[in-house]
Amino acid sequence: MRIQSLVEWFDARLSISTLAAIARKKEVPLHRHSIWYYFGGMTLFLFVVQVVTGILLLLYYRPSSEGAFESVQFIITEVKFGWLIRSIHSWSANLMIATLFIHMFSVFFLRGYYPPREITWVSGVFLLFIVICFGFSGYLLPWNKLAFFATKVGTEIAGVVPVVGRPILRFLRGGDDVTGATLTRFFGFHVAVLPATATVFLGIHVLLVQMHGMSVPPNLLGQPIKKMKFVPNFLLRDLIGWILAIGVLAALAALFPWELGEKADAFASAPEGIKPEWYFLFMFQTLKLLPAKILGFDGEVIGIMAFNIVAMLLFIVPFVDRSDNRRRRLIFNVLGVLALLYIVVLTIVGYVT
Amino acid sequence: MLGNTSGDNSTKPVRPLEPTRRRFLDYLLGTSAFATLGAILYPIFKFMQPPRIIESAENSVVAAKLSEIPVNSGKIFKFGNKPGILVHTDAGEFKALSAVCTHLECIVQYRPETKQIWCACHNGQYNVSGKNVGGPPPRPLEEFKVNLRGDDVVVTRS
Repeated sequence: MRIQSLVEWFDARLSISTLAAIARKKEVPLHRHSIWYYFGGMTLFLFVVQVVTGILLLLYYRPSSEGAFESVQFIITEVKFGWLIRSIHSWSANLMIATLFIHMFSVFFLRGYYPPREITWVSGVFLLFIVICFGFSGYLLPWNKLAFFATKVGTEIAGVVPVVGRPILRFLRGGDDVTGATLTRFFGFHVAVLPATATVFLGIHVLLVQMHGMSVPPNLLGQPIKKMKFVPNFLLRDLIGWILAIGVLAALAALFPWELGEKADAFASAPEGIKPEWYFLFMFQTLKLLPAKILGFDGEVIGIMAFNIVAMLLFIVPFVDRSDNRRRRLIFNVLGVLALLYIVVLTIVGYVT
Repeated sequence: MLGNTSGDNSTKPVRPLEPTRRRFLDYLLGTSAFATLGAILYPIFKFMQPPRIIESAENSVVAAKLSEIPVNSGKIFKFGNKPGILVHTDAGEFKALSAVCTHLECIVQYRPETKQIWCACHNGQYNVSGKNVGGPPPRPLEEFKVNLRGDDVVVTRS
């Protein structure tokens, strides 16, 4: 009786019943491609893991060139379960990027961006770049040798872009070189700027998915499609995936704890066999293979500009591929497969060489 | 009020100047809003640009002691706030170069096996005179002068 009136009190002020009605109405189509619906939710779950473990790491981490490496060392050797929290943060970051790529490519091939879902796609591309920035800025924070050189190269890549490059490089580094000033900035980006931006785009993205409902691939339209209630049926299935993910993360953290490496030194040679994180490997390998000069321009400038252009093209995909034109659909499928092949092949080449 | 010029009783609209006054106020409001926004954004934008730090005008440095750099080896040394590399070549010569790879700014190292200067990041190769001979580097490494002063190997900006 009491609880009932309490519920009514809140309902009158927050319209909970309306929200509950929306949740009850949400349905998930069941067809042979339904498996791909899980990857967006999985990415979101891993993002939540990042937020929780990230806040925990903030209790001990010190963002300065004198203290950063030592504080991470302290976390993994002295703090109870510190090794676990830090390893889960690193592993979950990597898995999140993997599920995000799977999510993006599945939406691409199943044409989830057809009208009226163009803005959902665009907000997703923004989230992709935000997540990559998270990865890049977070990688520096332990202030080890690998991170130091990765940041030097990564920011130099930004600096290579004509006209705007140099000011961007100085803005990112907090000066002309990678120093403690860079670490301070990257820390600020990683724990304040990027989380705030990500929250906004995530809000738009998830809200639009609710507004438009789940997309059904165009080649399945016109057929009778079975549906499943999102609450509770699909959500419970999502939950099984999330519990599995926690298990996988704990196992990875226990079996393959994330290494800390050696402390960064601005006056030491780059270590042999230095490689970036796997999701940058295909670009890294490209830069390695490009000749010093292409048509009179520095090779790396051409390579970097090409990647920038491809990145920009991602945004306009839904505005170019709009029609039910069979030929255009074929062209986009071929382009998607080529991009996927390029990424996979160069990543493998990067690993084995 | 301002608009009622006497003697003018032609066919003009009844309140010809009211839109003008409205437009003037809009203009004032608009420009002041714009100026306020500028006054807020300009310091923020400038704040984000890191201040230029004057580089130490170090022109000469003791890069190594003769004893710590045997034939066919290299050593990274501090030259101001940038790293340099000192190479004792197979021929017994000393070479001093900037250690910053001209490709994407990694720090290079000397490889005794190939007798070359090598960048581990993207497999850039230079000969001991700093010339880019393989891999992606677009330009040679900057070369410095080397002098021997007793047991000290002194490197000078040329």
